[in-house]
Amino acid sequence: MTFLRCVLAALLLVLPSAVFSQEGGLDPMSLVLPLEASWPTYSGDYSGQRYSRLSKVTTENVQQLSLAWARSFNTGMPSFVGANAPDFVGGEGTGEFTIGSQRIKGSILQVDDLLYVTAPDHVWAIDVRDGGTLWHYFWKTRGGPHIGNRGVAMWRESIIFETVDNYLVSLDARTGEERWHTELASFEEQYFSTMAPIVVGDHLLVGTGNDLDAPGFLQSFNPETGELQWRFYTVPMNEDDIGIDTWPNLDAASHGGGQVWVPGSYDPETNYYIFGTGNPTPGYTGVARRGDNLFTCTLIAVDVDTGEMAWYFQTSPHDTHDWDSAQTPILIDGIIDGVPRKLVSTAARNGYFFTVDRVTGEHVVTTRYGATSNWASHIRENGSPNPHPAKEASIPGTLVSPVEGGVANWQPPAFSPDTGLFYTQENNGFNLLYLTDPDPRGSMGLGGKDRITVGTGGNAFTAIDYRTGEPRWRHAWPIGGGGGAGVLTTAGGLVFTGDGSGNLVAFDAGNGTLLWHTRIGNISNAPQTYLVDGLQHVLVATGQQLFAFVMN
Amino acid sequence: MLTWVGRSLAVGAVWLLVVGLTSETSVAAGEGQQADRARSQRFYPALQREVGDPELIARGRVLYGINCRACHGMDLRGGDLGGPNLLRSQLVLRDEAGELMGPVIRNGQAGPAGSLMPAQPLSDDEVQAVAAYVHDVLGTASRQGGPPLGEEIALDILVGDATAGRTYFIEKCASCHSPTDDLQGFATRVSEPQELQNAWVRGGGRTAERPPVTVTVTTPSGEQVQGSLERLNDFLVVLTEPDGRHRSFSRRGDTPRVELDDPTAAHREMLPLYTDTDIHNVTAYLVTLK
Repeated sequence: MTFLRCVLAALLLVLPSAVFSQEGGLDPMSLVLPLEASWPTYSGDYSGQRYSRLSKVTTENVQQLSLAWARSFNTGMPSFVGANAPDFVGGEGTGEFTIGSQRIKGSILQVDDLLYVTAPDHVWAIDVRDGGTLWHYFWKTRGGPHIGNRGVAMWRESIIFETVDNYLVSLDARTGEERWHTELASFEEQYFSTMAPIVVGDHLLVGTGNDLDAPGFLQSFNPETGELQWRFYTVPMNEDDIGIDTWPNLDAASHGGGQVWVPGSYDPETNYYIFGTGNPTPGYTGVARRGDNLFTCTLIAVDVDTGEMAWYFQTSPHDTHDWDSAQTPILIDGIIDGVPRKLVSTAARNGYFFTVDRVTGEHVVTTRYGATSNWASHIRENGSPNPHPAKEASIPGTLVSPVEGGVANWQPPAFSPDTGLFYTQENNGFNLLYLTDPDPRGSMGLGGKDRITVGTGGNAFTAIDYRTGEPRWRHAWPIGGGGGAGVLTTAGGLVFTGDGSGNLVAFDAGNGTLLWHTRIGNISNAPQTYLVDGLQHVLVATGQQLFAFVMN
Repeated sequence: MLTWVGRSLAVGAVWLLVVGLTSETSVAAGEGQQADRARSQRFYPALQREVGDPELIARGRVLYGINCRACHGMDLRGGDLGGPNLLRSQLVLRDEAGELMGPVIRNGQAGPAGSLMPAQPLSDDEVQAVAAYVHDVLGTASRQGGPPLGEEIALDILVGDATAGRTYFIEKCASCHSPTDDLQGFATRVSEPQELQNAWVRGGGRTAERPPVTVTVTTPSGEQVQGSLERLNDFLVVLTEPDGRHRSFSRRGDTPRVELDDPTAAHREMLPLYTDTDIHNVTAYLVTLK
């Protein structure tokens, strides 16, 4: 039994909501507490549920939510002189690589009187009461695709984040001054990093991304020093590695992708970190990687202390559509057929919903939640959907649903233990997918195809019963709505998300009735909630803007 | 249609041309700075590198052809004799100027499943030339890990049966469309088959104006307002009346009643119903509508 598991029970007794330890800063042991007054890690707590126990905003009074403050950020190249210059500038780049304006796509940590906000190469600490800047750190990048940053981790009195060009950077949480930085993956090999690191005990779990036929891995670093503790590869790297029989050869396997770019969840009882992996590569041409391609598009549990895999369940064998299964899985203590079970559920980018036993990896439920997903021939006996070869990219064109972005993507879903429902966006676009590189060696990366979106089967927001995989309610967005907004649910009986038409909306979590909306622009992250001065706030980003609502 | 071997050769030919041009063309200083600037904005080191010495690259290309091509392929993406793809090799990507590639080239190395890369007795200069050539090719890789684009391959997407396509058209499409009316000359207006296929499946060309969606709003008092739809979400409907007047209505559930007449709705509704064969057949038929 790990130290963490030993202290868990005691913590729940002695720590009502305090998150600060005597050593100073955020006590990492407090992260096992259920989400309530603050938001100290990516999903608020380790469960991935994004369910807040706060209940001051309810189905009865949500109409009275009002704006506390709003502010915007310059998320592009900063001015290095004058009042708006960053307080600290780091980085290994020369400053020649200029970044454009980025959208805020991450979780915003809320601890004590501060919020920690990120965009690629930027971190801000701002006041929780008015959004005013305490400090701003900027990283001069070497390059890489600046597509997003999912937020920081807090380790005692430091803030740690990943840069696009693959550094782990530790800052003093009070001042923004850099403590250290260390390289986490090779920039030369075309890795790029967006994930929010996750603190578990004295481990910092770190993933990265890559589009060029490179092996995926999850790493654990010492959050105090930045020293590497272990590295877990998601594809076979040796001839005798488990899973090698699902690839034609080691060269294909070790260039097979399976990137770890979205945070997972953590189960203190088993000490498993449970996460999803990315698509295999080359992405759209599977001809040179025949087989199921383990452990790409797979739900994986690793022991946090050793980095050893405990179990796996593949949610998309031999993907050929760039539909990774990196989505944050949600831990659920539930009841199946009258028996209490420790479960984990995930709504994958490929349009299928899964519930799995999180202790053993035993399959429980598979259903199709993407109404028009048309790429699988059947569900295998083990619960994995089976890809239909005729739905791969073809020279004359293949009609495929969903589109490349998937039915869901990195935007976090949510689960309410009050309703037993798993809440997710459901995007049902169609592409014509053309093979442009019929080379029998396969293409490289995400090359070798041409695609065009030809319409939609209608997007929706869906509330899935984790026990059956069937929706209990489903709200169809008017044509043009839907898309990418994360989800928050609360003990007030609410679900917050974006409608894709510029509105932040609140549903009744039980029946899907729309109760409230405000037009602030399309939501670019997931709504969050916390208490300030005893008042419940709801925080959300729309590109470069941040809005904090309050129930007075 | 070129085969993949043909394509590989074509890529080689393009390279010969580029090398030739580079060595004969002097670039004005200003343009050179701009090129450097553009290069520094590329995502990765392999793409950000300064252009190497053209003569060294040309020499490396010849040496590659003699010593490496048989196993690693003309386009560096792997060959018939089992040599791996060099454009995604972690060692090649990390290499600066032959310091990592050199020892492998000169000593050979054991490969997977008992295979063996034989040692190639190249001099330091020759190793540098080969490395310069490989890095030069790497510098032309496309976005998201895609390979260098090379020459476009002409692929024939017309595999369908036009007769079956005509039958399908008569059954499913003829209630709205006619080959002698709106679709007369369709394949002349949209001559490229892939573009034609995209256009008919989607129900409109990429740039062609889509027919407007007409909306009718009926208020609780019974007033009916009709116009072209501007925006619609769960809380609002916005339209323009025929006389150009802007109107907007708050929505609460089904009040006011909103009815849409969307000419392309039938195309959306068909999407879950098509087989790929249906699509290819209809395309084969529509390309005959010159």
